[in-house]
Amino acid sequence: MTAALVLIGLAALVALLLGIFARAGRNMDLEQWTVGGRGFGWIFVFLLLAGEIYTTFTFLGASGYSYGLGAPVYYILAYGSLAYVIAYFLLPPVWSYARQHGLHSQPDFFVRKYKSPTLGVLVALVDLVALIPYLVLQLTGLGIIVTAAGYGAIPKDAAIWIGAAIVTAYIMMSGIRGSAYTSVVKDILILGVVLFLGIYLPLHLYGGIGAMFEKIAAARPGFLVFPASGQSIAWFISTVLLTAIGFFMWPHSFAACYTARDARVFRRNAIALPIYQLILLFVFFVGFAAVLQVPGLKDGDTNLALFKLAAKQFSPAVVGVIGAAGVFTALVPGSLIAMTAATLLAKNLVGLARPWATDDETATLAKWLVPVVMLVAVYFTITGSATIVTMLLVGYSFVTQLFPTVIASLMPHNPVTAAGAFAGILVGVAVAAVLTFTHATIGSLLPGLPEAVRDLNVGIIALVANIVVLVIVSAMSGPRTVSTGGA
Amino acid sequence: MRLIHWLAVIPFIGMLVGPAVHNEVHPLILGMPFPLGWVSVWVVLTAIIMAIVYAIDPANRENEP
Repeated sequence: MTAALVLIGLAALVALLLGIFARAGRNMDLEQWTVGGRGFGWIFVFLLLAGEIYTTFTFLGASGYSYGLGAPVYYILAYGSLAYVIAYFLLPPVWSYARQHGLHSQPDFFVRKYKSPTLGVLVALVDLVALIPYLVLQLTGLGIIVTAAGYGAIPKDAAIWIGAAIVTAYIMMSGIRGSAYTSVVKDILILGVVLFLGIYLPLHLYGGIGAMFEKIAAARPGFLVFPASGQSIAWFISTVLLTAIGFFMWPHSFAACYTARDARVFRRNAIALPIYQLILLFVFFVGFAAVLQVPGLKDGDTNLALFKLAAKQFSPAVVGVIGAAGVFTALVPGSLIAMTAATLLAKNLVGLARPWATDDETATLAKWLVPVVMLVAVYFTITGSATIVTMLLVGYSFVTQLFPTVIASLMPHNPVTAAGAFAGILVGVAVAAVLTFTHATIGSLLPGLPEAVRDLNVGIIALVANIVVLVIVSAMSGPRTVSTGGA
Repeated sequence: MRLIHWLAVIPFIGMLVGPAVHNEVHPLILGMPFPLGWVSVWVVLTAIIMAIVYAIDPANRENEP
């Protein structure tokens, strides 16, 4: 037990020191702090874009999802790869536009493209509503990991406060460089842990991966294939497509692309990142290995599948290493999210009230908004409000609503007006929110349709509503007087 | 879009068609249930296809991206 605690403490300390060291004597002005001076090469951009793959949600969630639901988890592997294919085409023009106009946040992109600070406010609000629950999720995951790996010796709330303090300290000091540097350690640790667990556990417990799946298939018929209704094939296909287009609409991923030195970085990453995604397979294997080994975990406890199995199989020292990796999966994405949220608050919301602010003043404000953002997130984490879970579901469908407007803005002659973009996004997020909070499915809304249509991801309705409104309002408010020239 | 870019459509079709056509555990692919094995193979094929697109795409040979 002591060994585990020492390792977790060490991980926290390394994250803090490395995050602060990342500053390396640089003057952290707005350009350095938010986008790393737009000088990141292949590796850092790779890690920032891949950061999305290994968050606590993946580490605990994907194993828990395999354990609890079986086949539907396969969608996670599919959508990530397709998202990188989209990125090959999407990110280079976004990057060069951002560089040309010195953009720092995702709302900046909309403000510039549509010549509308009001649209920037809407996008910033959508982003915040999506980002805060995501940050809360990382802190919640951190609490779970530290409690489980530390055998309960560290109270959950203490772990959350310490984690939040570390992230706040190094993000204020080093900005996105802090996230990039710490992500190197995170990915090395997680790679080692996941490969080891995903190979060792099926081999040791079942005699191999094939043998493991044969045993699960025999014990739980239907568990390893998509069910006939609910999370069926139609659900799989629609969800993969929706999440693949939503992937780079997350403001922290979108703005992380601003850090690149050149556009080829993204195209090269479209080759490497799908392969890197395969590591998720081994997370699935751990979850599946737990199915017959630690049965009976229900609901939220399925997230503990990985740690329950590890605690049963390994010494506290090994559990400590897993915990240390887990701490990094919470802190690194958490730091990127907190920085993104603070930047868009400072620039696109507060910035409107003080248009005279210089970049240096905006940078100072953004840095001091980091602790504010973290405090809000810690508050929601510790009070454990149930709505936050629902809000997270909303998050993905919210950011996906930005996709049509981004794509339209990259066309040589953008047919969408600022008013159209505003109305489309607003209607899209409103529909998405209502659908999520009422737990509607297409089946419950339109029960007469065939099963394949009823199981389609309900997010499609929000996206269709968005596009319809976008087209109608653009047609009414057009023709565009402002050209997108030079985009 | 250049002609070569249309190659990028293949991963979308490939990735999604397998589980839709054959949603059964057997035959296992590399020890994995068929839909999971199929998706995994297509992840690798996606990388290969994107490597081909990258190699042919003239955008990557220009000095300025």
